[in-house]
Amino acid sequence: MKVTIDGIPVEVEPGTSILNAARQIGGDIVPPAMCYYSKLEGSGGKCRTCLVKVTKGSEKDPRPMPKLVASCRTGVMDGMEVQNITSPEVIEARKGIVEMLLINHPLDCPVCDQAGECHLQDLGFEHGAAKTRYEFDRRTFERIDIGDKIQLHMTRCILCYRCVFTADQITNTRLHGILNRGDHSEISTYISKAVDNDFSGNVIDVCPVGALTDKTFRFKNRVWFTKPVQAHRDCDKCCGKTTLWYKGEDVIRVTGRKDVYGEVEEFICNTCRFDKKKTADWVIEGPSKVSHKSVISSNHYEFTPLPVVKTNPVLLEANKEQFERDTRL
Amino acid sequence: MGRKLLLEHINVPGINTFDVYRSKGGYASVEKALKTMSPEEIVEEVKKSGLRGRGGAGFPTGMKWSFLAKPEGVERYLVCNADESEPGTFKDRYLMTYIPHLLIEGMIVASFALGAKTSYIYVRGEMMPQIRILERAIAEAKAKGFLGKNILGSGYDLELYVQPGGGAYICGEETALLESLEGKRGNPRIKPPFPAIAGLYGCPTVVNNVESIAAVVPIINEGGEEYSKLGIGRSTGTKLISAGGNVKKPGVYEIDLGLPVEEFLYSDEYCGGIANGKRLKAVVAGGSSVPILPANLFLKTINNEPRLMSYESLSDGGFVSGTMMGSGGFIAYDEDQCIVRNTWNFTRFYHHESCGQCSPCREGTGWMEKVLHRLEHGHGRMSDMDLLVDVSKKIEGNTICPLGDAAAWPVASAIRHFRDEFEWHVTHGAEAVTRNFGLAHYADPLPKPEVLA
Repeated sequence: MKVTIDGIPVEVEPGTSILNAARQIGGDIVPPAMCYYSKLEGSGGKCRTCLVKVTKGSEKDPRPMPKLVASCRTGVMDGMEVQNITSPEVIEARKGIVEMLLINHPLDCPVCDQAGECHLQDLGFEHGAAKTRYEFDRRTFERIDIGDKIQLHMTRCILCYRCVFTADQITNTRLHGILNRGDHSEISTYISKAVDNDFSGNVIDVCPVGALTDKTFRFKNRVWFTKPVQAHRDCDKCCGKTTLWYKGEDVIRVTGRKDVYGEVEEFICNTCRFDKKKTADWVIEGPSKVSHKSVISSNHYEFTPLPVVKTNPVLLEANKEQFERDTRL
Repeated sequence: MGRKLLLEHINVPGINTFDVYRSKGGYASVEKALKTMSPEEIVEEVKKSGLRGRGGAGFPTGMKWSFLAKPEGVERYLVCNADESEPGTFKDRYLMTYIPHLLIEGMIVASFALGAKTSYIYVRGEMMPQIRILERAIAEAKAKGFLGKNILGSGYDLELYVQPGGGAYICGEETALLESLEGKRGNPRIKPPFPAIAGLYGCPTVVNNVESIAAVVPIINEGGEEYSKLGIGRSTGTKLISAGGNVKKPGVYEIDLGLPVEEFLYSDEYCGGIANGKRLKAVVAGGSSVPILPANLFLKTINNEPRLMSYESLSDGGFVSGTMMGSGGFIAYDEDQCIVRNTWNFTRFYHHESCGQCSPCREGTGWMEKVLHRLEHGHGRMSDMDLLVDVSKKIEGNTICPLGDAAAWPVASAIRHFRDEFEWHVTHGAEAVTRNFGLAHYADPLPKPEVLA
């Protein structure tokens, strides 16, 4: 099937969503997605950040779609023409949605563990306005411990439902869901029951914001001071392929391997995530690729730094002058 | 005096019991349909009648039925949407309370037409008395052989169940209703697939309003042709209007579509005018979600033609100067009502009832509610009106289900038509909490449109 997104044609399989077709093209025309997660069945359609305009329905029925559609849940048709960043309407709607997502978000990035790898931060930076028009109290919640390894900070949640789908589809027991309605709805382990499951830690990886955080890593470090390294181990529960986050010699965090869209390649078990924090436990494969746009790459050099020139006569002369001036008094 | 099709025998004592209902010609349509007609003929008859969905959207019912997928070996379901929770609308409750057998009769015919072996009536949780009334009526009908196995010897089986909801407005949205009926959290589904393809338990499903299903009974009894002669244009038949607000005689009225609104509002047969000798200021014509109109624009369209109670005439002028038929929740406001307060009240309702699934509606309704609360209590700013319009525009059309639109329209229309009242709330903040803006120019005759040479 042939689809044209922002003027770029691409051939895709029938049944592909517009978002996935755009991901096959890649680059700036990929709509942002806060709630869609390709590994979770039924996810998507909720955050509305991936709205796009369909200017031509298909080859057979060339009428445009009347409303903007959620690209993550709309399948492609042969000959469909889609506008994403070329449509002012889409840009405007997306700006509005980012504003809506942020009005009840605490904006506590300076103390949030997710800062630096937060999708909402990226989204706000790329599509949001610099100022808010919201002048009222933001909703707040008490922090809840889900088991002894995960903390839920509902105040930061954008209700993407990814963790609900994860708990539903990866773990065997469903103790995780949404309580209440509207803007006071909250993620809950069913009436504060601790999630005790081998794969429960994955809810941390799927969370696009800092609502679900790893208690073994909480407040230990900023992500841009740590260095991601690909590693694996033999695990009887999961694939064992992970990313280790080093600070100096210590492994301070273990996560699943994430692709460019922040989605884990394979879900990992809690033993790998929380208990194996020694280099000896792992077989190191090499450093992870981090996009140069990410703040995580800021302190890591993939090339050898330039040698410090110790015999520059100009510098030597300047240093001497400086030394004399300082020691004269 | 229009013809009554649904409420003809509403004043007969004991019409809620099977025997009295039967003696007044009830269940004749079941006999006619099951014994002499095929399901396709019934669908064709409903199509011919031009009946449009009475729940709000006004989609032709016959078309909806013909879209139902009919794969072999898969159950089909008919679900009656009795989760009537729109502020201002109470017609379905009235119908279910006083003449429950009409709904059951319609359900049997409609289920037969769609080939459904199991049908549900999803009733809002607060309507406990109506649930009991319906259950008793179903038991009576079953005892007389109109439900259950082999109805009237035709070989057609039907089980009818009443399901109470949890009392959420959002469960009136058809896919949220189906989720709730399946026992899940009542969140609207993302369409497509539409319920006609994959609805209840993944099977093809039709969801219809109570009044739409009840209207099938006179259509079968008298024929679609005959039914389509009532009404005007594409708005055929009769419609229940639940009149409320500051009218002399509030209540549920059955009108022929096409009745002039002036007659409906002022004649003694219907609302009887505005109570206490006051003057009309504004009207919400079809339940809280439709745009509010000032008196002058409601009684006359923008071209100075009298407005009629019909789908087309009420929406004449689009959203600039028109409104919608909606679900027939007619609310009249007299000169002493505050539009700002009313808009705040509506928005508070939508804020409370938003399911919280998609972000524009979840956050936007709360935001609008807070801004309107500030305006109503005299702490507003001039920029708030533009802010509200902008927020409502960002919600409208960007949500999964129509609740976002329903929350945005009343706010946008109130500011469009009553902007000076909103501005007065800002400039006279202290005064606005003690007295109302009054009628102002909202009932003045419309200016003559300029003729361009």
